Amino acid sequence: MTKEELKVTLEQLLPSPAFEEGAEWTTVVIDPAGWEGTARKLRSAEGLKFDYLFCVTAIDWKTHITMVYHLTSTVYRHTVVVKATLDRANPVIGTVSDIWRTAEFHEREAFDLFGVEFKGHPDLRRLFLTDDWKGWPLRKDYEDPVNMIKL
Amino acid sequence: MIEEVGTTETGDLVINVGPQHPSTHGVLHLVITLNGETIKKVEPHLGYIHRSIEKMCESLSYRQFIYVTSRMDYLSSHINNHGCALCVEKGMQIEVPARARVIRVLMDELTRLASHQLWWGAMAMDIGALTPFFHAFREREAINDIMEETCGARLTMNYMVPGGVMADLHPNFQKRVIEFIRFFRTKIDEYDELVTGNIIFKSRMQGVGYLSPEDAVSYGCTGPTARGSGVSCDIRKLYPYEVYGQLDFQEVTATGGDCFARYKVRMQEMRQSISIIEQLIDNIPKGEFQAKTKAVLKLPKGEFYSRVETARGEFGVYIISEGGTTPYRIKFRSPGFSNLSALDHMARGHKIGDLVAIMGTLDLVIPDIDR
Amino acid sequence: MDVSTQNTDNKPFPGEVHPTAGGGILVTKLDEVIGWARSNSLWPLVFGTSCCAIEMMSTAGAKYDWSRFGFEVARATPRQADVIIIAGTIVNKMAPVLKRLYDQMADPKYVIAMGACATSGGPFFYNTYSVVKGADHVIPVDVYVAGCPPRPEALLHALISLQEKIRRGPA
Repeated sequence: MTKEELKVTLEQLLPSPAFEEGAEWTTVVIDPAGWEGTARKLRSAEGLKFDYLFCVTAIDWKTHITMVYHLTSTVYRHTVVVKATLDRANPVIGTVSDIWRTAEFHEREAFDLFGVEFKGHPDLRRLFLTDDWKGWPLRKDYEDPVNMIKL
Repeated sequence: MIEEVGTTETGDLVINVGPQHPSTHGVLHLVITLNGETIKKVEPHLGYIHRSIEKMCESLSYRQFIYVTSRMDYLSSHINNHGCALCVEKGMQIEVPARARVIRVLMDELTRLASHQLWWGAMAMDIGALTPFFHAFREREAINDIMEETCGARLTMNYMVPGGVMADLHPNFQKRVIEFIRFFRTKIDEYDELVTGNIIFKSRMQGVGYLSPEDAVSYGCTGPTARGSGVSCDIRKLYPYEVYGQLDFQEVTATGGDCFARYKVRMQEMRQSISIIEQLIDNIPKGEFQAKTKAVLKLPKGEFYSRVETARGEFGVYIISEGGTTPYRIKFRSPGFSNLSALDHMARGHKIGDLVAIMGTLDLVIPDIDR
Repeated sequence: MDVSTQNTDNKPFPGEVHPTAGGGILVTKLDEVIGWARSNSLWPLVFGTSCCAIEMMSTAGAKYDWSRFGFEVARATPRQADVIIIAGTIVNKMAPVLKRLYDQMADPKYVIAMGACATSGGPFFYNTYSVVKGADHVIPVDVYVAGCPPRPEALLHALISLQEKIRRGPA
C-alpha cells in the first residue's frame, strides 16, 4: 500500500490516531494506554500484516519520553512508524514481546538506558549495564562525574 | 555473575560460557541450563563491551560520528560508514557523484568478501578444523592490502564521508582487484571442496539449529540468518541504494533453515559479491569523488532513517535532529542484536557442541550487539 | 626511545661456551639463562574484546606469523598462559573479569595493552559512562602499543620488546 492508502486504512482501524506529516513513512501517534490492542490489530489485520518489527527507539525530549516503533510487512512490503508519548516521571507502556518476539531484547534495552517500564514483559531487567547501576544513562539529565569526562 | 552458576532444584546444571572463551567471537556471556549435556535454556548476558556509543555520538558532529561506527561491526566497517553517510546525505539532500557511488559499492563488496572469509575461517576453527583459518586470513590479507593502498588503514578505515569518499582511488586499485578476483574465483571452489563436502562438517551442521521462517521474522532476524530460512530480506534488492538497482545479481536464499543452509547462503553470497565486483571494476565512471559540501554540516529538524546490508544483515541508522551541528539522538539498529535473540529458541534440545556450531552460523560480532 | 637500541648485545645465547673434553662448560648468569628461556616461549591467552582482536588474529595468521617468536600456543585457559594481550576496550562490566583472569595466571606473568582503547580509553575517552580509561586502572601493564588498531607489525614489535624486557631481567 502507498503512504496515503495506509493513512486511510489506519484511520478506519485505530481509535482516533494522529498523523505526523513530512516523514518518509506513514507516522501515526497513538495513545500508550491502548498500545497492545493496536499492536495486535496491526499484526493481523488483512491488508496490513505488519509482522516485522525492526527498530524500537526511545527518545528523551526533556518534558516527555517518546517510544518509536518501526514496523514493516514482509507480505506487502510497506512500512509504518508508530509513536507513543509517555510521561517522563513515570514512563509506562504495554509490552509487545508476545506479538513480536524481537521486542523482548529491545524493550530490555529501552528499560536499561531510559527507565521505561514495560507492563507484562516476561523478564524486565538491565541488559547492558550491571544490575546495581544507578540512573538511566541515555536521559538528557544524566550526570556521572566519576566516569564521564566532558570535552 | 557467578552466583547464578550451580544446580537448580530439578538437578539441572547451570554453567557459564564466556565472557572469555575462544568460540564466543567476542565477549558474550551465556548462562546455560543443562540436563546432562542437553541444553534446556540459553540466556545471553550482554554489556561486556557496551561502550556507550549512542550517548557519545550526541556530542560528536555529523562528520565525526562516522568513525565510531567503524568500531561497532568492525568486520563490515566500510558498510557501517556507508550507512551513516547515506543518512546524513538523506537529511541534507546531498547528491553523491556517480564515481563516488561506484567506489562505495566496490569497497562494500570487498568488505563483504573479507567479512565472510573471516566468518568461514573462524567457524571452521570452532567446529574443529584449524586449516581453513589460515586460508581465510591469507585472502583477508590480500583484501586488506588493496584497501590500505587507497584508504590508509586495514581494519577501521574512515573512507566514506557525507558527499562521497575521502580520497580518490589509488592508480593500482583496478589492476590489483582484477588480479585478486581472478585468484579468488579459483579458491572459492577449492574451499567448497575442502569444507562443504567434508562428511564430519556436514554431520555437525545438518539438522542443527532449525529456525522456521515465521520465527525468523518474529525474532527480527535479518541477513543470511533469515535468508537461510527462506525469508527474503536483502536490503540491496528490496530498497536499492547507490548503484545496486542497476546491477545484475541474485538474492541468495535457502529453505533448509538449519546451520548448513545458512552456511550455503554465505558461500553463495561470496560468489554473488565477486560477480558484482566484476561488473563494476571495468566501468568506474570518471568524475568527482566527493560532492562539495559545507565545512560544518547541520541536518534540518526531523528524523531520518537509512539502511544498508552489512555482512550480517540490515544495519539501520536513525538520526533525530533538532537542527544543530550534533544529533539529538542516534539509534543504531544492529543486525546482531536481533539475530542473537533467536539463539535461545534455536539451541534448545541440542548439545553444547551444537551450540558452538549455531553461534558460528549466526556470525555474531559482539561490539555490534552491545554498541 | 626505542627499546631495541638499548639492548645492543645481540647474542643469540647468553654466556660463554668453553669446549672441553666431555662436552663443554657454559659460563653464564642464572638470571640470563632463565630470562632467555622464558622469553622465547611465552604463551598468550586468548583474550580479545573488540577490533584489535582481529589484528591479533592476523598476527597469528600466516603472513605475520607470531609463532616464529615462540607465541605459537595460544591457550584458552589463564592457568596455562604467560602473557595476556588486552586487545580491545575494557568496560566497567568487564573489568572484574579481567582482574580475575589476571589473578588466575601463574607467575611470572606479563601484560601487553594493545591498541588505544586498552592504553587510555582511546576513541571512547570523552563522554562515555561505561569505559575504563585504560587497562592499567585494573592490572599492571608491561608494554603499551599505540594504534587503532595497531598494525600486526606493531604488535610484533611489542612482543619482541617484551621479550627483550624479560631478557634484561628484573630492574
